[in-house]
Amino acid sequence: MKQLLTLRVNGITHELSIDPWRTLNEVLRDELNLTGTKLGCGSGDCGACTVLVDGRSVSSCLTLAASVDGKEIATVEGLAPSGEQLHPVQESFVENGAIQCGFCTAGMEMSAVYLLGRNNAPDEEQIRAGLSGNLCRCTGYNQIVEAVAAAAEKMKPS
Amino acid sequence: MRTDSRFIGRPSHRQDARAIVTGRAEFIDDLKLRGMLYARVLRSPFAHARVVAVDTEKAEAVPGVKAVLTHKNVPDWKAGTPFHIRVLDSKVRFVGDGVALAAAESERAAEEALEAVHVEYEPLEAVFDVDEALAGDAPQLYEAFPGNVVPGGFPLYGPDCLTGIRLGDVEQGFREADAVGEGTYKYETVANPLPLEPPGVIAHWEGPDRLTIWAATQSASWHRFVMLPSLGFPDIRAIATQCGGSFGSKNYSLMPCFYAAALARAAGRPVKMCFSKEEQFGAYTLRPGSRFKGRIGIRKDGTVTAVSGSWLFDTGACSDIPQAQVAVGCGELQLMLRCANWDLTGTIVLTNRPPSGVVRGFGGQELESALLPALFEALEKAAIDPVDFFRKNYVKPGDAYLWRNGKPYVDRGVDYSEALERGAETFGWHRKWKGWLVPTRVDGQTRIGVGVSVHGNADVGEDVSEAHVRLTPDGRAVVHACVSESGSGQRSSLCRMAPEGRQLPLDRVGVSPPDTLVNPFEFGLVGSRGTWAVGGAVISAAEKARAALLARAAPLLGAGEEELDTTDGRVYVRGRSDRGLSWSRVMGIVRTCSGSARYEEDFTVPNFLALFVEVEVDTGTGKAAVREVLAATDVGRIIDPQALEGQLRGCFGAAGLDTALFEETVLDRTTGRILNGNMIDYKWRTFRDLPGFRNVILETPMPTHRFGAVGVGEISTSPGPSAVLMAVSNALGVRMTGYPLTPQRILEAL
Ligand code: FES
Ligand code: FES
Repeated sequence: MKQLLTLRVNGITHELSIDPWRTLNEVLRDELNLTGTKLGCGSGDCGACTVLVDGRSVSSCLTLAASVDGKEIATVEGLAPSGEQLHPVQESFVENGAIQCGFCTAGMEMSAVYLLGRNNAPDEEQIRAGLSGNLCRCTGYNQIVEAVAAAAEKMKPS
Repeated sequence: MRTDSRFIGRPSHRQDARAIVTGRAEFIDDLKLRGMLYARVLRSPFAHARVVAVDTEKAEAVPGVKAVLTHKNVPDWKAGTPFHIRVLDSKVRFVGDGVALAAAESERAAEEALEAVHVEYEPLEAVFDVDEALAGDAPQLYEAFPGNVVPGGFPLYGPDCLTGIRLGDVEQGFREADAVGEGTYKYETVANPLPLEPPGVIAHWEGPDRLTIWAATQSASWHRFVMLPSLGFPDIRAIATQCGGSFGSKNYSLMPCFYAAALARAAGRPVKMCFSKEEQFGAYTLRPGSRFKGRIGIRKDGTVTAVSGSWLFDTGACSDIPQAQVAVGCGELQLMLRCANWDLTGTIVLTNRPPSGVVRGFGGQELESALLPALFEALEKAAIDPVDFFRKNYVKPGDAYLWRNGKPYVDRGVDYSEALERGAETFGWHRKWKGWLVPTRVDGQTRIGVGVSVHGNADVGEDVSEAHVRLTPDGRAVVHACVSESGSGQRSSLCRMAPEGRQLPLDRVGVSPPDTLVNPFEFGLVGSRGTWAVGGAVISAAEKARAALLARAAPLLGAGEEELDTTDGRVYVRGRSDRGLSWSRVMGIVRTCSGSARYEEDFTVPNFLALFVEVEVDTGTGKAAVREVLAATDVGRIIDPQALEGQLRGCFGAAGLDTALFEETVLDRTTGRILNGNMIDYKWRTFRDLPGFRNVILETPMPTHRFGAVGVGEISTSPGPSAVLMAVSNALGVRMTGYPLTPQRILEAL
């Protein structure tokens, strides 16, 4: 039996009819073509699939779509909706060379956005702790930590 | 900073950076073709078994299923060196070996189909250890490889391909030695490079003899030129998608290609085969195992007098291209150990564990990590500082070495002594080194120790690259080179190298898509060849395109070609920028000016990297941790500082330095199952565990191309394991001999 649900993704409302066992990751990627959110492990271990649900970061691979019916979802595609002006976190990732293969990037950015939403001036320790659910295999992490610190600086209320 | 360039050595952002941070970059699993099916694989629960019966009737009836294949109806394709790997076989040789394939409208339907496949196995005795595999009564993996030994010699490297090193007179060498290190040492963590993105391909037969493959890969062309003979020479077009990390493992994706192509042929529709994380852990590419049994003799002055022994190279359940890894490993060892007398034999051994394949460090990291502990013993006996030893023994300009093809080459590169010395100074080596097996400092139950190791490779100029550069009237340049992007920023680096002759702004230079149909031949981003070999072809092609443009402009400007120059889409008489014409005036709008070039391999400029490591060991818990790493190298010229920094910082994970401490594929030696095949149990560095990292990068111009640069991608991790082993030994005051240096091992040693 398919289930009807309403997802608000990056501010747009979608009415969907889906199998109840489908994950939020599958629905975003397969139904809504929002492939910026990646699938790395499918078991909640790598953070590549991180999105925000009502402002909280979750692993979309472990979240059933049905369980977020009616909620507000934010994905990497929503960070710079026009495609012109990048979000400060995106800008800092580019400027600090925090990207190598780029497969972890979307999840890292969403975790960073979540972190900076709660703490607008994190120190290095707090950045590391805030991103510790996200794995990266390429960078050795330093450039990502620097990027998040730089983003915090950019986002400081003037 | 030399000033002949606007872009080289200066930071600028990768061209694909925007696509990546906005989530628009297309990775393999983001691609959807019309009518595309999804593939899954049924895998063996046994490490070694005969498949006596397999029934797919129920599977075929599952709704949405379009093809089910077993060893009885797969195409008779073969791969491996020599050919022995089949799409599916009537025998399985590791836990996770393929038994049946299904393609369906959804992954779920494909999985359901496979659950309905009935298989009967006849379990066979299995072998997991190289010495046991070589024993006379060992179970045999392949009829074609008696004794579980795969013949050495990689055909592409020619008839004299190195299978070991035999030179001089080792007996005499050992007589001259003052100290000998000796023993059996294992580097058998068979770690998993495990890029974050699991491997995947899409296969689509456009006609009975025309196959298109999309692949997550660092080397698109391997999916064409390596797969061609395997598949009976269809016309293969290979297209690389954005690749979510490779570290060698996705150089080409043999089994995913076999599975997808076979299913696509059977179903008559495109098929996507993306491995799960679990499959990436247990059925894709592990680092080879490496065991050295032998002796190394040195004199008190640090001269190496003899190296002899046996190098057992554990390739797991099949042989992809281990012969090439053995050959390159033997070449690399000679770069760091100048020695006149050698008797080293490499033997490739099959065992019933998931297969090994291409992983960065390619033979060299395996050989050195296993052999250097023997050298360290000799150095300890002779009380020689390892920095002095490496400085003395690292290959110098004018020195000869045998490379992978068995031919001698003379080093015409640079002397790396300065890079090593500057690295040692910056690290504080001379202050921290207290002698062999002496800790730098003891602080209660915390003991600090330091270690160093070096690695080099003459692969920076290996293999063939072709490139084509096209200048267009609107003042742009297009580089046609079949180069994919797996994280090193290589496509963007080429854009920096190409426009130098014509001084175009970077945003006016583009690279063609990594597609074998539209590009000239490119061997791929293997080794550290991107900078010199690929860059060399692109630079020469760009120079030719520029010459064609100037030749057209000369009569129009009433000047000789040699008097002309071009900047920002304008050609002008040098020194008279008022006497000039735009490219569109020179070319008209229905013409392009282009040039093609080919790079031929050159093994005479080795690169070098030293890693200095400081560790701390808690003698209470046995836990060892890296406190600081310093990388010292000379790259000739920095093309892209951020990309280089990133590459060097990436030395820890992905089956690199961390294999010394915790990165390990743990195998149950009775069942052949992997015990830690998930991202929690497979130990992996996270944000919480970041050692200090510094680097010292010299820029001594190299005799390579216009920019005198070489790459270091392949070697950035390779000295790591042995350096950590040395550091932990010194911290503990106990000579450690095996990896990984787990708390248990350390407590036992204490
Ligand atoms: S894909 Fe969800 S945590 Fe890895
Ligand atoms: S950049 Fe490749 S995994 Fe992070």
